[in-house]
Amino acid sequence: MSKNSQFVRFDKVDKSYDGKVLVVKDLNLDISEGEFITMLGPSGSGKTTCLMMLAGFETPTNGEIYLDNNPISNIPPHKRGIGMVFQNYALFPHMTVYENLAFPLRVRKVSKGDIDKKVDKALSMVSLTGFENRMPGQLSGGQQQRVAVARALVFDPAVVLMDEPLGALDKNLRESMQYEIKHIHESIGVTVVYVTHDQGEALTMSNRIAVFNDGKVQQLSSPDKLYEEPVNSFVAEFIGENNRFAGQVTEITKDKCKVKLNEGSEILANPITVKSNGEKTIVSLRPERALINSKEKMENNFKGKIEEVIYHGDHTRVRLDLLGNKDFILKVPNSSANMEIKLGNQINVSWNSFDARALDPK
Amino acid sequence: MSSEIQKILTTDGIPLEESLRKAEKKNKLKAFLLVCPLLLFLIITYVFPIGDMLFRSVDDRMVTNMLPKTYKAMENWDGKDLPDENVFEAFYLDYKKLVEEKTFGKLATQLNYEKNGFKSILKKLKRKMKKFEEGDYKEQIMSVHKRWANVEYWRALKRRAPAYSYSKYLKGIDMYEDENGKIVQVPEDRRVHKILWVRTVEVAFFVTVLCFLMAYPIAHLLATLPMKYSNLLMICVLLPFWTSLLVRTASWMILLQQQGIVNDFFVWIGLVSDDNRPEMMYNKTGTYVAMTQILLPFMVLPLYSVMKTISPSLMRAGKSLGGTPFIAFWKIYFPLTIPGIGAGCLLVFILAIGYYITPALVGGASGTLISNQIAFHMKSTLDWSFASAMGLMLLAGVLAIYWVYNKLVGVDNIKLG
Ligand SMILES: Nc1ncnc2c1ncn2[C@@H]1O[C@H](COP(=O)(O)OP(=O)(O)OP(=O)(O)O)[C@@H](O)[C@H]1O
Ligand SMILES: [Mg+2]
Repeated sequence: MSKNSQFVRFDKVDKSYDGKVLVVKDLNLDISEGEFITMLGPSGSGKTTCLMMLAGFETPTNGEIYLDNNPISNIPPHKRGIGMVFQNYALFPHMTVYENLAFPLRVRKVSKGDIDKKVDKALSMVSLTGFENRMPGQLSGGQQQRVAVARALVFDPAVVLMDEPLGALDKNLRESMQYEIKHIHESIGVTVVYVTHDQGEALTMSNRIAVFNDGKVQQLSSPDKLYEEPVNSFVAEFIGENNRFAGQVTEITKDKCKVKLNEGSEILANPITVKSNGEKTIVSLRPERALINSKEKMENNFKGKIEEVIYHGDHTRVRLDLLGNKDFILKVPNSSANMEIKLGNQINVSWNSFDARALDPK
Repeated sequence: MSSEIQKILTTDGIPLEESLRKAEKKNKLKAFLLVCPLLLFLIITYVFPIGDMLFRSVDDRMVTNMLPKTYKAMENWDGKDLPDENVFEAFYLDYKKLVEEKTFGKLATQLNYEKNGFKSILKKLKRKMKKFEEGDYKEQIMSVHKRWANVEYWRALKRRAPAYSYSKYLKGIDMYEDENGKIVQVPEDRRVHKILWVRTVEVAFFVTVLCFLMAYPIAHLLATLPMKYSNLLMICVLLPFWTSLLVRTASWMILLQQQGIVNDFFVWIGLVSDDNRPEMMYNKTGTYVAMTQILLPFMVLPLYSVMKTISPSLMRAGKSLGGTPFIAFWKIYFPLTIPGIGAGCLLVFILAIGYYITPALVGGASGTLISNQIAFHMKSTLDWSFASAMGLMLLAGVLAIYWVYNKLVGVDNIKLG
């Protein structure tokens, strides 16, 4: 059975609540069957709105959403067969864990024996066997969360939507839940649309990530591509750490360009969005791509003064004053070779032009 | 076991418990002083009056004290035949004293409650008594009026002997203790109170149901509407609180009377003919309509406060899990509102069961309630002890309802806001 690569399709979807501001603009998004796709973006960028439209609690102002090639705008929410984990869990407080999980099965008129089996299975999936008769109020936050996940999955929906499901958990619980959700996804092959603020979470869990800003998908790609090859300066800034130089293109070829920085010096960079001479640009460079005292010959080579040294255990973060950028960050592995990293020292920093991406100036 | 555990000492060597008690004593005193005014207020305005009411309702010493000799003499009277001469003599002496003190009127009123016809024969006795000669009072009294020779009247007199009695309570439910001390119902044509009790409960029940049916959607709307609309709606709901009860009741009278606006409208749309206008005022209909409107806010507010706390995502979760809107409402939303329903119904029912002004104004003869009867006895017949007894019965009824409610729903489940 071949997988449908357009299992969920947002087709030119616009959404406005008040008729004045578009909170989702011209959204085109294809999600293939069994995929784990994450929506990542700052607060208010329209992620929840997208989920709500998919689940049927908001209607698109324009455009259409397709589920398995059927337009779903005219199907009421309870017929869509989409499981949802709400940001605030939304467990039914007057029902036990068992009844919460049995609810979607009961409304589907599943027989009592099958309900018991499925609830058992779902609870063991989130390792909560034995909690059947507790009320949600008697569970810890993490346990409630897991019940919510189990409830969204227990009726074998085709798609599961999770809206910041781990937002309220502590770091350890969060990590173990991330692992559990990922594991569940892999073992039952459900399509997951996941929303989070935590980019680490997004990077580790997803097949693909859609970065939202301002109601638009800024970039949709796999986690590694997103990190290594951001297509615009918003994504570069939003995902991971990032050193920025503002300047102007003075020379451009197919895969290289010369950028004159505002303080005067020129650097070589990889032209991504810039097209012609004279364009303003922001050059973005990941901290780990710049090396100190490199033996290799690299295209960019500059001296910087160490402003701050922060010890991080396995590595040391160094803040430099380099080419007029007082917040240039370097990550230096902690090994004996790097003993000269001292406050106030001048050191050599070098990087390849390929890693310095010349992006839009914003 | 605990005695074996060593006493924990503070650093000064005082046992911990003792030092804790000392430290808390001051706090407790402070707390007590703070609640003192309220406590005093409650005692003065609530505990005393109810205690006094309870006392009044069983207090029957007035007659007892008026006829001390009579009752003393009656002690060895078996009540079968007419009493002996010494009873008559004692009664004569007692009554003479009352006449001298000019308090015999009260006795006449009281005895007339017990048995009709006492008043006139007592009056007659007073007139004739002046010419009484010493000795053989039995003959002389019996010759004043033939009723004095009727043993029924003497039995009635004896029934008022105890200083305390529960006869007022019996009267409240149309019963009385007959000559043989058996508790029986009063004759059919005089059973007024039972009808009133039943009607009171019935009106309170249906007003509660009507209020609930109307308040539920309103409260839901209030809880879900955007702020600016819900505030406006809230003002509409609270508006009745800001106008005087009398004004509101009067406006219902204007609306519902036979020549009123509602009837005019019915005639205009052709629902009823002009010469056959329905009576909607001065009967039960009037009571229902006016009381429902007046008590509606008491249902809306608890419901609203509960609904406000129900997250809309619960209904959404219900729907996304496959429940139709109706199932989501019935299985999720409705059970969560039960605390509010309980509070609202209890509140409205209890208020309705003791309602007074509205039924008095719009209820007419067939729409008055037990509280109107209580007021009638307090203001017109001045039979305060009977009014107290009925008031207490009402109170007991309310407490009973509260108890049943507690058993069924649980008072902890009530949410007033
Ligand atoms: N019911 C609503 N009525 C009006 N505006 C709304 C409504 N819900 C959301 N908005 C607006 O739409 C925009 C997008 O909201 P949305 O909830 O989709 O953001 P989000 O990306 O989920 O943010 P967050 O990460 O903080 O949850 C916001 O500017 C918000 O103010
Ligand atoms: Mg959101």
